[in-house]
Amino acid sequence: MQISGVTKRFGGLVALNNVSFALMPGEIIGLIGPNGAGKTTLVNVITGMQQADFGEIFFQGAPIHRLPAYQIARRGIGRTFQIVQPFPRMTVLENVAAGAMFAGKANSVSAAKDRAAECLEFVGLSAVSSLPAAQLTLPGRKRLELAKGLATNPSLLMLDEVNAGLNATEIDGALDLIKAIAARGITILLIEHLMKVVMRASSRIIVLHQGALIANGLPADVIRDPQVVEAYLGADYAGHSGAVA
Amino acid sequence: MLYLQILINGILLGGLYACIAVGFSLVWGVLNVINILHGSFIVLGAYLAFFAYTGLGVHPYLFAPIAALPLFILGYAVQLVVINKVIEAPVLVTMTATFGLTLLLDNLMLVAFQANFRKVSLSPPLGIIDLSDTFPALDLIVPVDRLASMLFALLFVGLLYLLLRRTAVGRAIVAVRMDRYAATLMGVNTEKVFAVTFALGAALAGAAGALLSPIFPISPLAGTAYLGKAFVICVLGGLGSVSGALVGGLVLGILESFGALFFGPEHSLTLSFTVLILFLLVRPNGIMGKRGFV
Amino acid sequence: MKRPPVMMIGFGLLALAIVALPFAATNYLLRLTTIGFMYVALASSWNIVGGFTGYPSFGTADFFGIGAYASGILRSSGAFPLPLSWLLGAAAATVFSLMVGPAILRLRGHYFAVASLVLAAVLREITNAATGLTGGGMGLNLPTTGTISVDAQARLYYASMLAAALIAVGVATLIWRSRWGWAMRCVEQNEDAATVLGVNTLATKIVAFAASAGTAGLVGAIYATWIGYIDPTDAFDDLLSVKPIVMAFIGGVGTIFGPVAGAIVFLVLEEFVWRNVLNFHAGILGIIIVALLIFMPGGLRNVARGIERFFTAGRTGHIDKVVPPAVPS
Repeated sequence: MQISGVTKRFGGLVALNNVSFALMPGEIIGLIGPNGAGKTTLVNVITGMQQADFGEIFFQGAPIHRLPAYQIARRGIGRTFQIVQPFPRMTVLENVAAGAMFAGKANSVSAAKDRAAECLEFVGLSAVSSLPAAQLTLPGRKRLELAKGLATNPSLLMLDEVNAGLNATEIDGALDLIKAIAARGITILLIEHLMKVVMRASSRIIVLHQGALIANGLPADVIRDPQVVEAYLGADYAGHSGAVA
Repeated sequence: MLYLQILINGILLGGLYACIAVGFSLVWGVLNVINILHGSFIVLGAYLAFFAYTGLGVHPYLFAPIAALPLFILGYAVQLVVINKVIEAPVLVTMTATFGLTLLLDNLMLVAFQANFRKVSLSPPLGIIDLSDTFPALDLIVPVDRLASMLFALLFVGLLYLLLRRTAVGRAIVAVRMDRYAATLMGVNTEKVFAVTFALGAALAGAAGALLSPIFPISPLAGTAYLGKAFVICVLGGLGSVSGALVGGLVLGILESFGALFFGPEHSLTLSFTVLILFLLVRPNGIMGKRGFV
Repeated sequence: MKRPPVMMIGFGLLALAIVALPFAATNYLLRLTTIGFMYVALASSWNIVGGFTGYPSFGTADFFGIGAYASGILRSSGAFPLPLSWLLGAAAATVFSLMVGPAILRLRGHYFAVASLVLAAVLREITNAATGLTGGGMGLNLPTTGTISVDAQARLYYASMLAAALIAVGVATLIWRSRWGWAMRCVEQNEDAATVLGVNTLATKIVAFAASAGTAGLVGAIYATWIGYIDPTDAFDDLLSVKPIVMAFIGGVGTIFGPVAGAIVFLVLEEFVWRNVLNFHAGILGIIIVALLIFMPGGLRNVARGIERFFTAGRTGHIDKVVPPAVPS
């Protein structure tokens, strides 16, 4: 995927300022930045839920920045939501099957449900597949989000704060899942607050600060980048060789 | 010159429309309730003004603030007894509830006042101001009754504005409109704010009704038309803001006047609605740019 | 889950009663049941947009009226047989929904609700003005239904409304079980999530709207020929938009049989009230609506669920049918 010059304004606030980068297939890329940096806005723009004011986005060679969100989903870009968004009154299985059915272009209801069962097994939720989604606990819901994203048969999966609210053990489990997903050939954009997680999982890191892209490179380099340090800890620390994490 | 006259007509109408809409907009913006009763409140205010004039000789413009009072009380009561019970419910429930109340109020008015249209005929009539008397180049007329209605309407809208900006109650209302949960954290008694806001909406509807009683015919069946206008104004101007209601009202007034010229007055609602739809397709956030969607 | 034989017999008897009624009942009862079928059809029609998709439509009157006027105008020309004018009435309403739908279905919640309500007022205005075509405010008189006897006519409309009701419920059921129905449930429960999972939400909403329009339009078309006279206030009566909502509420919004049960209950209630209070029936309806919403927001949904389980026995159903909007207890 190729993003160039994407800019998005909300009234007087510039949420994204001339953001450009590329994603190669099979990578796990971390997207970090302080609160309000524009990470979720970027995801919204990529998935078509919001439109950029300027800039272009190309996916697998084709421009997608003017497409409606559901078509972008059908082309193979999936996402999870930071605040989980289940269909509360459907069962867990039906939730995931919805993803397989529509974006995943399943041929029939039973094919969709089969694929859903597969995805649920992958994330470890098979036991609860016939419960209403509203009954899951938070870690369960996070896994459900993941399963739904998987069911859409994505080439690119964007995970928005998938670890928020989880404890250390749960995070480890989530990371294993993410690596397993990447092993299947799916490109992953991992948006995270937790530096430890991002460092462990990503092969490359992109840093946003106040809407602008300030770093894009190997994890070890990025955390030493003075601009990144300044963004997180303030100018005082930027001069030191100390890293962010 | 004709266009200038139409423009003036539109502005005169617009001020009155702003008063019609501002109560509806406030209730929608603050309580998140679409008050179908609003149209009926306007009609009730108009009836009160009618009977005050024919029975007691009180001029509608002077009566307007007096009309506001019983409607304030009525609104307060309705909010406490009914609206409060369903306020957290989805729009389907709240709107159906206010619809039910409208059925009740309209039926009561129908039984009490009969369906035939009434109108306040001011005697002596207020006449017109012919601008060409003072400025021979300007061949324009300004009907005094419409001018008076507009001025009083703007007065009420202005008073509301001051209320919202300068008083504690007003600021509480604005706070709840912005974020009702944050407002509760700040110690605002949202239940009371809801009741006062709804009552204010009703009061303003009543006053607006009194102001339009010399201009438009009154009947229990006329409520829906005012509701439709209020809705269009809210979408054009944005919800819950006085300035939005003003802008929306003016735009609608001018639109209707020109529409009446080109298409005839019998198509005014259709025209407004079509413009509204086209507008929404192009700019879903209203003229003022506020978030137009839920 | 095996269907208990008692219920099968019960339904068989009901079917028998429905078929036998026109030949055994009084005119009053016949007329009442015909209206009952009309209510069932309208409530089911509304349910597709309001219940399945969760878009609070106050626009049932819009489609009913268009169907009524289309059928009325066609019949007045003398060149169209009854069934054709009914079908064309339904088609006209559907076409209208396809024209207006893409515009107002982009609006969420409140805006859509009020827009659909105001649309009825707009349509009243248009029909009032187009006197040449519609007879304007004086209304439209339709030619009589051929040379059959009054009794036969009553039976004819009984059967037609029954057909309309069956069609409406049938369409609702087909949609519910199809991909579109699933998409509608997704839209109803979480529209943003649905979009991201590849659901074409606008197309889904338009399909729901059109299905609702067609079924309501059919009812309107039949109604116009039955009564023989329509005018803008009757055809686009706001009550026609509100009553189906109340019926669906009573029986259970978003279920297949909720609107059916609700329509029957509403009919009984209405008859009881109308008989006694002629000039205040709108007011009483208003009180009933408010009381219902405050005290019984769930309606009879448990009854509807039970009936539904009976019919979906053996098929993969859903754990929880779409539940009426949650109201705080």
